[in-house]
Amino acid sequence: MISGSVVIGTSIAYVILLFIVAYISDLRARQGRWKLLRSPLIYTLAISVYATSWTFYGAVGSAARNGLEFLAIYMGPTLVFVGWWFGLRKLVRIGHNQRITSIADFVSSRFGKSERLAILITIIAVIGITPYIALQLKAITTSLRVILATNPNVSIAQTGDDLGLAFAIAAAMALFSVLFGTRNINANEQHHGVVAAIAFEAVVKFVALVAVGLFVVFGIGGGFEATFARAQDVGISLNTPDSFGPRWLTITILSAAAIICLPRQFQTTVVENADENHLKTASWAFPLYLLGMSIFTLPIAIIGLSVLPAGSDPDMFVLALPLANDQNALALFAFIGGFSSATSMIIIASIALSIMISNHIVVPIALRSPNLFGLKEGQGMTRLLLTSRRASIAATLFLGFVYFWLTSGSGALAPIGLISFAGVAQFMPAILAALYWRDATANGALAGLLTGSAIWAYSSFLPSFATSNEQIAQLLLTGPWGIEFLRPQALLGLDSFDPLVQSVFWSLLANTIALVVVSIMGENNAIGRLQATLFVDVFKQNQNGQRGFARSSAPLNDLFAMTRRVLGTERAESLFDSFAPSGQSRLNIEPTPEFITRLEKELAGSIGAASAHVLLGQVVSGDTVTMEEVMQMADETQQILEYSQMLEETTTELRSTTDQLQQANVQLRQLDQQKDEFLSQVSHEVRTPMTAIRSFAEILLTNKDLKPTQRQQFVRTIHDESMRLTGLLEEILDLNALERGEKLWANEPVDPNRALNRAIEVCTPVTDQHQVSVQLGNLAKDVRVIANFDRICQVFINLISNAAKYNDAKNPSVTISSKVDGQHLLVDFIDNGPGISAADTQTIFDKFWRGTRNPDTSQSGSGLGLAISREILGKMDGSLNLITKKNPAGKNEKTGPNKSGACFRVTLPLHTK
Amino acid sequence: MKPDVLIVEDEPAILTSLEFILHHAGWATACVTDGEAAMQYIQLTRPRAVVLDLMLPKKNGFEVLKALRADPRTHDLPILILTAKGQQQDKLTAMELGASGFITKPYANSDVVDAVNELIGTPPLSKKTNIELS
Repeated sequence: MISGSVVIGTSIAYVILLFIVAYISDLRARQGRWKLLRSPLIYTLAISVYATSWTFYGAVGSAARNGLEFLAIYMGPTLVFVGWWFGLRKLVRIGHNQRITSIADFVSSRFGKSERLAILITIIAVIGITPYIALQLKAITTSLRVILATNPNVSIAQTGDDLGLAFAIAAAMALFSVLFGTRNINANEQHHGVVAAIAFEAVVKFVALVAVGLFVVFGIGGGFEATFARAQDVGISLNTPDSFGPRWLTITILSAAAIICLPRQFQTTVVENADENHLKTASWAFPLYLLGMSIFTLPIAIIGLSVLPAGSDPDMFVLALPLANDQNALALFAFIGGFSSATSMIIIASIALSIMISNHIVVPIALRSPNLFGLKEGQGMTRLLLTSRRASIAATLFLGFVYFWLTSGSGALAPIGLISFAGVAQFMPAILAALYWRDATANGALAGLLTGSAIWAYSSFLPSFATSNEQIAQLLLTGPWGIEFLRPQALLGLDSFDPLVQSVFWSLLANTIALVVVSIMGENNAIGRLQATLFVDVFKQNQNGQRGFARSSAPLNDLFAMTRRVLGTERAESLFDSFAPSGQSRLNIEPTPEFITRLEKELAGSIGAASAHVLLGQVVSGDTVTMEEVMQMADETQQILEYSQMLEETTTELRSTTDQLQQANVQLRQLDQQKDEFLSQVSHEVRTPMTAIRSFAEILLTNKDLKPTQRQQFVRTIHDESMRLTGLLEEILDLNALERGEKLWANEPVDPNRALNRAIEVCTPVTDQHQVSVQLGNLAKDVRVIANFDRICQVFINLISNAAKYNDAKNPSVTISSKVDGQHLLVDFIDNGPGISAADTQTIFDKFWRGTRNPDTSQSGSGLGLAISREILGKMDGSLNLITKKNPAGKNEKTGPNKSGACFRVTLPLHTK
Repeated sequence: MKPDVLIVEDEPAILTSLEFILHHAGWATACVTDGEAAMQYIQLTRPRAVVLDLMLPKKNGFEVLKALRADPRTHDLPILILTAKGQQQDKLTAMELGASGFITKPYANSDVVDAVNELIGTPPLSKKTNIELS
């Protein structure tokens, strides 16, 4: 038995010790001796505020009742710290960049600095955390009862005395937290003293629990093995797979969410973080701490169940076991350990909540109606903030007490904690969306939070009052208006699951769906888009990514007055001094947009992003840039970027166009040259008959005494040469038309043999004149080619007359044969003339090329025949080629090395029926 | 009879007219229709002058001109170039190669006769004068 004065005295001494720790830490911080304060160790221990009296006492109770279920509470945080380390780093990075003060600030800041969101989250957090604070009050009250009781084996019933005790404890805690957390108002400045004290408490509770555990296992149980051997006897099953069902999974998920969403966890992990790299240590050290805290949970539960009399409160085994074995000092240490875990939670949670309440509820109201809070012009807001924070802490603890009061007698510690977990888990969808989903909107987050927390309040929070309220108990049984479908713990008839599981399932599902659907339907406003980028792409930006009053300016005096209002004269002066150019007074600060943006960030660190934005907007008025304008500027910038990109593209296009033009120019020059050559050749071709005509005309004019036969011959020559000129002109025009690509005729099925006969017939005068025999070889029968009859005749005539005109063989002949080759008809014209010399095979199709003329004849072509024929065949998808043959088929006669004859092959597409 | 003027021309109509007008002017003429034949003929008969077309089969006028000028025996042979191309470049080339005269088709008959007369003097029997007188 321990006397009350010893317990109270120890507790007070412990609290004084905490104050000393905090004081020394603050002192060191002011002196700039950061080494220990900003160490990863302190950071990790501060995060260990997660282990509250629920862990200290309640986990044993949970293990005694539900076996291994308690492990899930440690599973979630471990998974997050080990497996989602990069996610935490993103949170911390954003926290630093945006000067985030709380989880409400974080979410509202991400979603366009929405005040409504900040308020909603603050309210949800307050309601959600209330059971948790009540849990601490209950733990301290009960533990105090146990340690003071004359007979520790008697279960403590809730009595009126307990309420008084709880109220006294709540009041003491409020005082304690106020003294700790609001000695100054620098919410944004990390609470070095508090954090150091919390870290100290983390060590105390750890050592206390391990001490009790060691005593229980080795002092009573006779070692781990012997201890676990008793498990079966006391009804704790270690091997049943039932432990790891939906409830286990749900609790794991809840605790994983809680390690981020609980305001106090957000405070220690994100807000109080001094260095991103500390997370690296915390990612293994924190899970290790939890492991240490949980290692004795099961042994204590087993020994407690087997040693202590039936009916003992398992939540108090940690305390009862040393007491039952007359280990009063150990019991007192264990009490202090439990006290530590409860106080650290209450302090940090109430500070975190008070920051949220004052920044997101009190300050916005004060900014809108200064008279309400007696704010006078020029008066600092410091006092208001300080007062509101203190009041918030008191209110938070009072709410916790009220919850404790209303739910009095509602059994164990753990379920109360889980209600809080489920409540704050509603922040999770919004936080994940904030980090990873650019298109998530403020309205989406608002809808999700409202829906999820409403379902949580109905299905989790409300039922916790059932023990003290008859109507609520009735509601749980029959549902509202007797609609069983809507029973809080079996929504939509989902009663096969644990009430916690179904509540979490429905609330998070509805939360997520509302968030996604509303986000998709709506669109982010300007500032929302800006913030979304700053959050989602935080690792892609430099530190000064934030843009606010981009074009603004304001009188320095006004800015200073406003800052003094918020921070107080002393801090405002030192802040402005730090902004001033080195070696100059703060009066020389240029109120540039960059400065105003920095100032906004600093103020956001004190009163939250949304309030700071509104406040600065008032001062910078007159030249304030609305977010729409900022966005417009951003759009303009974007447009300029696009424009320059376009210019670049245009330049590239121009370059390629230039290249194309140069190519075209080269081609044109070649064409021009070809045209010159063509003209020159045409002129030559024209001059030749013209020369003859002129010459003979002159002869006829000047020689009157010509013989009639001579005169006749000369006149005939003039006539022939005139005809030649005409023919030449026609062929030039014909070739020109063909080359221009004009569609001069329609292709149709043509009988090639009929065209051939026609050509031979037309050529008869020429072939007769040259005494060339035209022989028909094998001809393909019954075929049709796609061609034009007149034009194909023209080609054939040209080839036959060429073969006749330039054939100097003794017995000149031309042999024509045709055969089908695939989809084409091949028509060969083989003569026994001089053939084409190798040098000429490339040029015979050129314009004005002419073979050696038979000197006996006055017949001569224009030199365009083959060029025209080739063009014609090209228009029929056919071709004209010179087939190189040393010795023409069927001809043995060889009149010389060059007298191997020529073979022209016409290829025409077959008409397939 | 040794010809006074060799006409090298592949166009039959022009050849006929040249033959007529030069003959009519009092010169004895001979005709060939390609460059090779011209070379052979000149080596054999040594005409007093050559009327040489540039566009010729087998060996063109420039080649013939060049070959004749390279041979000491024909180095001073008067050669009158005829061309239908009428390009300044051809005229320059012909002069560089040593052509004695250059006439562009179509020409006036008298231009050819005057040019030949200038090269080899007045023909012993000027039919031209006779004709004009008659």
